[in-house]
Amino acid sequence: MRDVLRHHLFWPVAALVALLVANTVARPGFLAVTVRDGHLFGAPVDILRTTAPLLLVALGMTLVIATRGIDLSVGAVVAVSGAVALSHLASAPDPAAPGTVLTAIGLALALCLVLGVWNGFLVSVLGIQPIIATLILMTAGRGVAMLITGGMITTVNSAPFKVLGSGFWLGLPTAAVLAFGVFAVVAYVVRRTALGMLLEATGINPAASRLSGVRSRTLTWTVYAASGLFAGLAGLLISADTMAADANNAGLFIELDAILAVVIGGTALSGGKFNLSGTLVGALVIATLERTVTVLGISPLVTPLFMALVVIAVTLLQSPRMRERLTAVRRRPTTGAQRPAARPDPTEVTAG
Amino acid sequence: MTQQTPPPVVEMTGVTVEFPPVTALDGVDLHLRPGEIHALMGENGAGKSTLIKALTGVYSPTAGTILVDGAEHRFSGPADARAHGISTVYQEVNLCENLTVAENIMLGAEPRVLGGLNWRAMRRQAAAHLRRMGLDIDPASSLGSHSLAVQQLVAICRATVGDCKVLILDEPTSSLDADEVAHLFAVMRSLRDEGVAILFVSHFLDQVYEVSDRMTVLRNGGLVGEFVTADLPAAELVQHMIGRSMDVLEAAEEAAERAERPAGATPLLQVVGLGRKGSVQPFDLDLYEGEVVGLAGLLGSGRTELARLLTGADRADVGQARVSGRPTRLRNPRVAMGHGIAYTSEDRKGEGVVDGLTVRENIVLALQAERGWMRPLPRRQVDELVAGYIERLGIRPADPEALLRNLSGGNQQKVLLARWLATAPRLLVLDEPTRGIDVGAKAEIQKLVAELAADGMSVVFISAELEEVLRISHRIAVLRDRRKVAEIDGDGASMDRVVDLIAGGGAA
Repeated sequence: MRDVLRHHLFWPVAALVALLVANTVARPGFLAVTVRDGHLFGAPVDILRTTAPLLLVALGMTLVIATRGIDLSVGAVVAVSGAVALSHLASAPDPAAPGTVLTAIGLALALCLVLGVWNGFLVSVLGIQPIIATLILMTAGRGVAMLITGGMITTVNSAPFKVLGSGFWLGLPTAAVLAFGVFAVVAYVVRRTALGMLLEATGINPAASRLSGVRSRTLTWTVYAASGLFAGLAGLLISADTMAADANNAGLFIELDAILAVVIGGTALSGGKFNLSGTLVGALVIATLERTVTVLGISPLVTPLFMALVVIAVTLLQSPRMRERLTAVRRRPTTGAQRPAARPDPTEVTAG
Repeated sequence: MTQQTPPPVVEMTGVTVEFPPVTALDGVDLHLRPGEIHALMGENGAGKSTLIKALTGVYSPTAGTILVDGAEHRFSGPADARAHGISTVYQEVNLCENLTVAENIMLGAEPRVLGGLNWRAMRRQAAAHLRRMGLDIDPASSLGSHSLAVQQLVAICRATVGDCKVLILDEPTSSLDADEVAHLFAVMRSLRDEGVAILFVSHFLDQVYEVSDRMTVLRNGGLVGEFVTADLPAAELVQHMIGRSMDVLEAAEEAAERAERPAGATPLLQVVGLGRKGSVQPFDLDLYEGEVVGLAGLLGSGRTELARLLTGADRADVGQARVSGRPTRLRNPRVAMGHGIAYTSEDRKGEGVVDGLTVRENIVLALQAERGWMRPLPRRQVDELVAGYIERLGIRPADPEALLRNLSGGNQQKVLLARWLATAPRLLVLDEPTRGIDVGAKAEIQKLVAELAADGMSVVFISAELEEVLRISHRIAVLRDRRKVAEIDGDGASMDRVVDLIAGGGAA
């Protein structure tokens, strides 16, 4: 029992379960999943679908944070991605042609990769502080998207493209399958190769890593590129869901949600040790929370406040210092010594 | 200057500072007289900073008396000390780079008018202070736009604002070049002639001899003595600073017995005229297989800088390097590793261990980095390797999954050694591998170094403890003031000889 309580995923998972319970109490059929036209339907399926873009962005964010960085530009990259893809579709004679759709996807992902490489260049080669380096693209990126869409909200009809956002594959939402699939592959690669360890070493002690021959610069550059690419894919999922490219509002504040998902998942913003499974749970918590607001019928006026309260509760439970206090209250300080020295302070969190 | 010795402005007697269980300063006396430049000498950890902090009220002494102008005084902190005319300028310039020169100089003593600042008066007064320093810069310019040397002088200028009787300069010259040092010394002399007592801390012996009138030498927190600079030969000073013990001769003999240099062999690493501006002057060095080369010199003599050039940690501006006779450029640590060169930094915490990772991860880090992330070492191989080194080096706790930050300094050092041994280096450069670790671990590491050399590895060994260097080195390169000044065989090396070389000019 003690081990379960100490597990790094305990509190995020507990928060997720609590949210699901609250929803079920408010609406008894909440967890029910039915099969309609061979597709799965129900609130849990919807949650998986809405988690998808956030999960992708948070995946890149976790890797970036592991190297002591941060990527604020992901929201803007989401907007650029949607703008490129939909503009290409809208300008094509037949937006539904498979070739056109593939080109649109390819173009969008390629540009987003370039944007990620740009961020990585600023941080790893020019040595600009990550928060500043990515702030540049955070503001400039929406301008780029605006330029691509000509200041309009581009809308288009393309059934094959729409599948990305609202279609189904083997009964599951395509978006969720894609996002969870990419997540699983990346998580596998990171932990099965030495990538994870080298990233953590770079994040914990860059100087020691360099002297040990770790290619810290290349690694740092790579994670920013990856973050751009994943944000681009997230942008495709979002734009395919609405079939509209809104340069101003697509992916707005998704960077904050992603950072929040990472923190809820137990990865410290100070870098080093990271925890992809935690990020997965964190993304699910945030998506479920958004759903909860509608299920509980909370007035839009108090929604931000409600979400902020939940987020504060979860992050407090995640903070090592708070946990130590809780442990101290629950048991007399006999077992305190077993716990290794506390990690550096938990990071402050901006509720998105 | 010192003929009719005036009464001391500061008189510290039997000052003791304790941080239980450590006694950082043990019954030390210090006398500062008006109109003298007084050098405070000692190796790292001798107690120089502690003494300064005891004087300025940062630490409160557990015993002893501090008299200022003949009256007993305990300051509550540097601000209080400064109010009584005792100012300190530290090695790192503690000023605000984004403020103007005038603002920095007058900070805390700003002329006011009607509750606001009188900017014009501030600039005028600052300009007057600058003139006194012989500094011709615009008081309204921002401090950050000036060189480090000018910033240092501005810091001194700031310290002398108001009634300054005692000026403490802690390593003011470490980042200055020769001309800048000369300017600083001119300023120091003119302040001295105005009757200011200057306490000067420096690791550069030449400079101390050039500028100081008198010196106080500390060692291991204790007082060695007060000397008139002109009467104390440099070699004697060095002996006072590093001390000596009885087993030295014995140890040197032991080293001499082992020394069997392969004749006519190609050096594993040969460097010619390798140097880096502001770091270490160009030097030559040949390193052979199966040989331990010790680097001897005082702190700041350039021993670490030399090691960093050999291992690619810093990039050399000039000179050539050959590995097994083939020319190469040691651009970065990775390139050096490719040639089988490994380096453990003296800064174990900052540049050595990755404290949030486990013992296992720390040991395989360099080997894994060399292979690249795509070719992870098979888990079973890692486990065998790690278990092997834990056993061979006696790493405690013997748990591959222990976080490195929970290990003692000596064990962390062993993990670092294991990290590099795992890459099977041909040249191992160890910078202060035994600093801050207990005696047992120290002996184990010395023994390991001897064994590695016996097995054919080339080792460069750096230590502040001269005895240790003498004991295990076959050959010793001596550094002074960022220059390699001599190279002597281990068999010919006596403590006195090396001490003379380290002290240089004065007695060599």
